[in-house]
Amino acid sequence: MIRVEGIHKSFGEHHVLKGIDFTFETGKTNLIIGKSGAGKTVLLKLLVGLLQPSEGKIWYDDVCFNDLNKKELQKLRMDVGMLFQGNALFDSMTIEENIRFPLDMFSGKTMKEKKERVNYCLSRVEMEGINNKFPSEISGGMQKRVGIARAIVLNPKYLFVDEPNSGLDPKTAITIDDLISDITKEFNITTVINTHDMNSVMEIGENICLLHMGKLAWQGNKDEVLESENEMLSDFIFASPFLKRLRNFAAKS
Amino acid sequence: MLSQLFNSEKSVFFHVGKFVAWQKDIYKRPENMSMYYKEIIRQMYDIGIGSLLIVVIISLFIGAVTAVQFSYQLSGGLIPDYYIGYVVRDMEIIELAATITCLVLAGKVGSNMAAEIGGMRQKEHIDAMEVMGVNTSAYIIMPKIIAAMIVIPILVSISAVVGIMGGFLASMATGALTEEAYIKGLRSFFVPYNVLMMYVKAFVFAYILTSVSCYQGYFVKGGSIELGEASTRAVVYSDILILIADFIIALVLTI
Ligand SMILES: Nc1ncnc2c1ncn2[C@@H]1O[C@H](COP(=O)(O)OP(=O)(O)O)[C@@H](O)[C@H]1O
Ligand SMILES: [Mg+2]
Repeated sequence: MIRVEGIHKSFGEHHVLKGIDFTFETGKTNLIIGKSGAGKTVLLKLLVGLLQPSEGKIWYDDVCFNDLNKKELQKLRMDVGMLFQGNALFDSMTIEENIRFPLDMFSGKTMKEKKERVNYCLSRVEMEGINNKFPSEISGGMQKRVGIARAIVLNPKYLFVDEPNSGLDPKTAITIDDLISDITKEFNITTVINTHDMNSVMEIGENICLLHMGKLAWQGNKDEVLESENEMLSDFIFASPFLKRLRNFAAKS
Repeated sequence: MLSQLFNSEKSVFFHVGKFVAWQKDIYKRPENMSMYYKEIIRQMYDIGIGSLLIVVIISLFIGAVTAVQFSYQLSGGLIPDYYIGYVVRDMEIIELAATITCLVLAGKVGSNMAAEIGGMRQKEHIDAMEVMGVNTSAYIIMPKIIAAMIVIPILVSISAVVGIMGGFLASMATGALTEEAYIKGLRSFFVPYNVLMMYVKAFVFAYILTSVSCYQGYFVKGGSIELGEASTRAVVYSDILILIADFIIALVLTI
């Protein structure tokens, strides 16, 4: 479980987050949704400590994240996996070296054990046999999968994913969503996903936090989305004219 | 007003402070010795082998030019011509080998490091490592600095030897003096202390050019334009600081 309390974040004059309280639950796919520029990435970076909040506290279970010194922070990060929006695969390393990197750095395992773990993670994301390719040689969807494999290689308790679907076709996007959701259940991870894709919301949204104008505008799960009267939510979900028409049609019949 | 001076991104003091504070993040105990070791070896290879040819070429010509120019100044004078060997040797050891080599390496190695690290920053590779729990200041920067501190003094030594050979070849080619005279010059008035001075310079310049260039890359923001600017700043600031350090070392070690 991760809890944020009264989180504010400003960049100079620009007040991006204005007091967010939310709990991201264990074993669930927690979604941060909102329009582009709503502050989703900023919130995610605050959660992993790549940015510091201007105000407020972040709790990892019963540990206060903001009070950790550098050493404790690095220790906690052994339990954290993250997939960046641009994948952030190291382009001078092969796929295997990428996934092995956290193991090389932090585990005392032998090369044989490490290779086994890499192969297991690759098979978990259904990407066997690409060990010796370079990131530039595989497609965007495959890069996402490799990114996920690298994120879970150390058995994290917390998984953060920034826009897993951006730049993917709808079908690949859904398989990536399902993969993240399955992994969350299988290993009982606290997963936090940033997305502006309403397909993901309806597919895997178990605990959703809608950001609007720097505030928490709505929270709930995918079933509650359809029943909600919240204007900002329907504005976001039914952004496309097609969906608006569909909704009106459904309301009539 | 005063806080502007120290907090503004545009202020020199701001960057000096940030640079100094950053140093303590670099020299942390490695998470994993063998990963750092591998990285040091890779960097040593890149810096050393990658720059050997250009260092040799430049040193050869610098030595040759020094010999030719000095013999021109001597011609018809009271000073015996074997002094050419002596002057070339001391110019190389005291000043040229370390300074010229490191100015050249700032352009080659420094800009390369700034661009490489800046690219990692912009592509979020550094953030990704940081989230994994890696101390990125240490893992990315320390191996580069250590490798440079080992390899650059070696390159400087090579530069001195090649420069002296360049002087020899030029003197022979122009017929300014005989082989024996040049070698007699090389053997005259040798002061071992000057060699120490050369290595002090080599170490200090190596440290300046790597740490300044890495700083420019590590804290880069924005996109490809900023990356280009950072790479340019790496070279310009390294060069200026090397020359200032050169002057200070000259003062301190010769008085
Ligand atoms: N490092 C930064 N410096 C200044 N402003 C930033 C920074 N990071 C994000 N912002 C601003 O914060 C706002 C939210 O950005 P972001 O979280 O990336 O949006 P998104 O919800 O699309 O992920 C944007 O207006 C952006 O300009
Ligand atoms: Mg974003």
